[in-house]
Amino acid sequence: MSTELEQFYEVFFEESSELLAEMEACLLGLDLSSPDPEDLNAIFRAAHSIKGGAGTFGFTDMTEMTHMLESLLDKLRKGEIEIRSEMIDTFLRAGDIIKGQLAAHRGDGAADEAAAAEVSNELKQFSEETTEALNIDKESTSSTTEQPDHKPNEAKNVVVESLPATSKTEQVSFNIEFSSSGINSKSLENLFSNLSDLGKFEKLLVSDKEQNCKLRLTTYTCEENIWEALAFVVNPSQLKIEKASQTEAHTSTKLDVSSSIQIDEITSDKPSKTAVETENSACEPYGFFSGAPAAPIETEKKVKTESHSDPSVEQNILEEKSFPTDTINSLPIQKQSKPNAPTTETTSIRVSIEKVDQMINLVGELVITQAMLAQTASEVDPVIYEKLNNGMNQLERNTRNLQEAVMSIRMLPISFVFSRYPRVVHDLASKLDKKVELKTVGEGTELDKGLIEKIADPLTHLVRNSLDHGIELPEKRIATGKVAKGTITLRAFHQGGSIVIEVGDDGAGLNREKIMAKATERGISIHEGMSDQEVWMLIFEPGFSTAEKVTDVSGRGVGMDVVKRNIKDMGGRIEIDSVQGVGTRITIRLPLTLAILDGLSVAVGDQMFIVPLTYITESLQIKNTDIKTVNGVGRVVHVRGDYLPVIALHEIFNIKPNATRIEDGILIILDAEGHKAAMFVDALIGQHQVVIKSLENNYRRVMGVSGATIMGDGKVALILDTTGLVMASHKDSL
Amino acid sequence: MGKTILTVDDSVSIRQMISFTLKGAGYEVTEAVDGQDALDKAQRETFNLVLTDINMPRMDGLKLLEKLRGLTPYKTIPILMLTTESCSEMKARGRDAGATGWLVKPFNPKSLLEIISQVTK
Repeated sequence: MSTELEQFYEVFFEESSELLAEMEACLLGLDLSSPDPEDLNAIFRAAHSIKGGAGTFGFTDMTEMTHMLESLLDKLRKGEIEIRSEMIDTFLRAGDIIKGQLAAHRGDGAADEAAAAEVSNELKQFSEETTEALNIDKESTSSTTEQPDHKPNEAKNVVVESLPATSKTEQVSFNIEFSSSGINSKSLENLFSNLSDLGKFEKLLVSDKEQNCKLRLTTYTCEENIWEALAFVVNPSQLKIEKASQTEAHTSTKLDVSSSIQIDEITSDKPSKTAVETENSACEPYGFFSGAPAAPIETEKKVKTESHSDPSVEQNILEEKSFPTDTINSLPIQKQSKPNAPTTETTSIRVSIEKVDQMINLVGELVITQAMLAQTASEVDPVIYEKLNNGMNQLERNTRNLQEAVMSIRMLPISFVFSRYPRVVHDLASKLDKKVELKTVGEGTELDKGLIEKIADPLTHLVRNSLDHGIELPEKRIATGKVAKGTITLRAFHQGGSIVIEVGDDGAGLNREKIMAKATERGISIHEGMSDQEVWMLIFEPGFSTAEKVTDVSGRGVGMDVVKRNIKDMGGRIEIDSVQGVGTRITIRLPLTLAILDGLSVAVGDQMFIVPLTYITESLQIKNTDIKTVNGVGRVVHVRGDYLPVIALHEIFNIKPNATRIEDGILIILDAEGHKAAMFVDALIGQHQVVIKSLENNYRRVMGVSGATIMGDGKVALILDTTGLVMASHKDSL
Repeated sequence: MGKTILTVDDSVSIRQMISFTLKGAGYEVTEAVDGQDALDKAQRETFNLVLTDINMPRMDGLKLLEKLRGLTPYKTIPILMLTTESCSEMKARGRDAGATGWLVKPFNPKSLLEIISQVTK
C-alpha cells in the first residue's frame, strides 16, 4: 500500500508486541475449566487489533495468522467450542510465529514459514472440528429443507434473479478477478485453499503477465464470505467479485431455483432483503445505510427501499438485535468494574536510551561542578556571604533531586523480566509432565535498565533449572507428602544498596552426597569439612552437572557457571540455600545502580579513597590492647566481642601512611553481606555523593578498586571494592 | 476552519494513521482510545463527524453509537463505523445502533478520504 504508511510501522510494531505480550499473559492465566469470558474477549481483541493493523499496513503474513487465530478465538468466546489445553499451546505458538513475523518485518531475522504453516494447520483443524460439529446440525436441518414442503421461502423476487442468492440451499457461481501483484505465492496458495473450502473452485487464469487472477467459485456461501476470504490478502480496491451470468452458472443452481418457486407462501427464515442491502455493499470497501442520520442522499438508491416495507424483515432485525445488545451491554459493565483495567493509551513517551544516558552523564558533571562550587563557597566568610551560602544549599538540594529524577528514568520494574517466566514455566512444565505454579513477589521493584536486560538470561536458566531439577514429578511429590503442584517463587526486593532477586522452589532440594560425588568425579577439589553453603556453590563450577540424564531442558553442564559469571560481571553475587526434601533458594544480589553512589572519603597518606556508605557500620579509634596477632591469620581487632580481620589500605596499595600504628589511625567497620572487617585508614574526610567513572573503560581493572570519581577539587579518587576487600581479608585469615 | 472529526480506535497505529491522513486533508482530528473516552470527549465538544472502531475495550463502538445518538447534538451528525467485521450481521447491528455508514478494515487512505468527503459535504 501507500509508502506514507511506513511512518506508522514502528508504532504498529510496538503496539503489536504489547498486544502479543498481553495476549500471552491472558492465555497463561486462563482457567481452562471455567474460562473468564472477559479474558477470552481480551485475547480475541488482541488478535483482532493486530489483524486490523497488519491488514492496513500490508503485512499479509501476519494478517493470515491473526485471522485464523481470531476466527478460532471468536468461536471460543461465543461458546461454540470448548477450550482445551492443546489450543492454548497452539495459541502460544501462534503468538510466537506472529512475533517472528513482526521481527522479520522489522528487519530482524526471517519468519519461520514452516512453523507458521504447521501452526496455521493446527488452528484450522481446531476450527474445523467445530464446523464439523456445527455441520452436523446444519445437515440435519438442510436435509429437511430439501423436502419441498419445508423449504424456507426464498421469496419470489429471489428467484427473479434481481437479487444474489443468499440461501445455503442455493448454489451460485461467482467470477472473481484481482491483481496478484505484491502477493507472494504462499499467500496465494493459502487463498486458493481457503476458497476451495467454500465450494467448487476453478482457476480460469492465474498470474499472467499483468498478474491478473481470474477465478470462478461455485458455492452455497454468500458473496461477502468470499469477499472476506479475499480481503485480507488482496487489496480490496483491486478486487472484483461478480455473480456469473445464469448460463455460466452451475446447473444445480437452476434446480434449486425451480424447486423454490413452488413454495413462496412460507415466511423466510432469513431476512433475505436485509442481506441484499448489506450484500451489495459488501463488495465496497465502505458504504452508507439508507435513512441513517447524515447519510448522503445519492447512496440511497443503492438500497432497496422495499426492505423496510416487509414486516418479516423488520421482525428479523429486531430478533437479531435482541441477541447482540445483551452481550454487548454486559461487556463494558464487567470491564468497568475492573478498577485497573489496562487501556492501550499510555502516558509514556519513547526516548532513545542514548539520550537518557547523555542526560545522566550531564547530571553527573553537574553534580561534580556543584561539589566544586560548594567547596569554594565553604572557604568564604559565611556571615558576609550568607546569601551565597543559602543559594549553595539550595543548589545542592536541587542537584540531588534532579539527579534522583534522572536516574529513575533508567529504572524499570523487574516485572519486565518476571513477565516472561509464566510462559517459560508453562512450556517446560507441560514438556516434563510436571505441575508447577509460578509465584512472583515484588514485581514493582525497580532496577537499572541495563541490569534488567542482563539479568533475564541468567534468571531464565535458574527458573528452568528449578523446574527441571528441583520440582519433582507429581507422583513423587504426593509420595513424599507434598501437594502435587510444585511452586516456584520469584521474589525481588531492595536491601541496602542492592536489589535482591530470589528464585525459590519447594522441590527436592540439593543432595550433598550427589554433589560431592560428582565433584570428585569431575576432579574438583573438595573435603569433608566443607559447609553446606560451600558444597552448594560447587554446582557453579564449570562443567558440573548432577542430572543423571542429559535433557534438552537443562543439565548440559553448561549454564550454571555461566550464570555465576554473568552475575559477577554485573557486579553481583549469587548464593544458594537448600534443604533436602524441602526446597532450594538461589539468591542474587545486584548493585542498584551503576552510576552514582553515596560514599565516605577517607585519607591514606596523600591519597583519597571513597568507601561506599552502604557497607559502613561504624568508624572508631581503638586501643593497642584490642589488637591481636594470630598465627596464620594476621592481625585481628577485637570490636564489640568480635574479632575482625584488618584491611590495611596502605599495605594493599603500597602507600606511605601518616599513621603506621592501628591505634593512631581510624578503623572503619565494614559489613559486606554478613562478613565483617575493619579497614585501617589515616583519617575520615567527609561524605559525598560521587559519580562513578569506570576504571576498566579508561584504564584497566585494579584489585580492590571498583571505579574512580572526580572530587570537588578536581582530583581523582578511587572507589574501593569493599566487598572484594572484605572477602579477601577473610580468605587471607582462613 | 476545517471540519472536526473524532476518531475512535484502541489501536494506536491505526489511530495515528487515520489522524495523519485526515489532518493532511485539512480536517481537525481528535483521537479517542475507546468508546468511553470518545463519549467523554464528544460531550465536551461537538464534532462534525465521528469515525469509530467496533471492537474496543471498556466501551465498544456499537454502544458508543447508541450513546451518541442519545445526545441531542449527535442525533444528525454522521457517525461512521470502521470495522474488520464486514459480515452483514455486524453491519445490521451497526445500522440499528445508528451508524451512518461503514468502512471495512483494512482500508487505504484513499477510501477513508472518499467516505469522509461524501458525508462532510
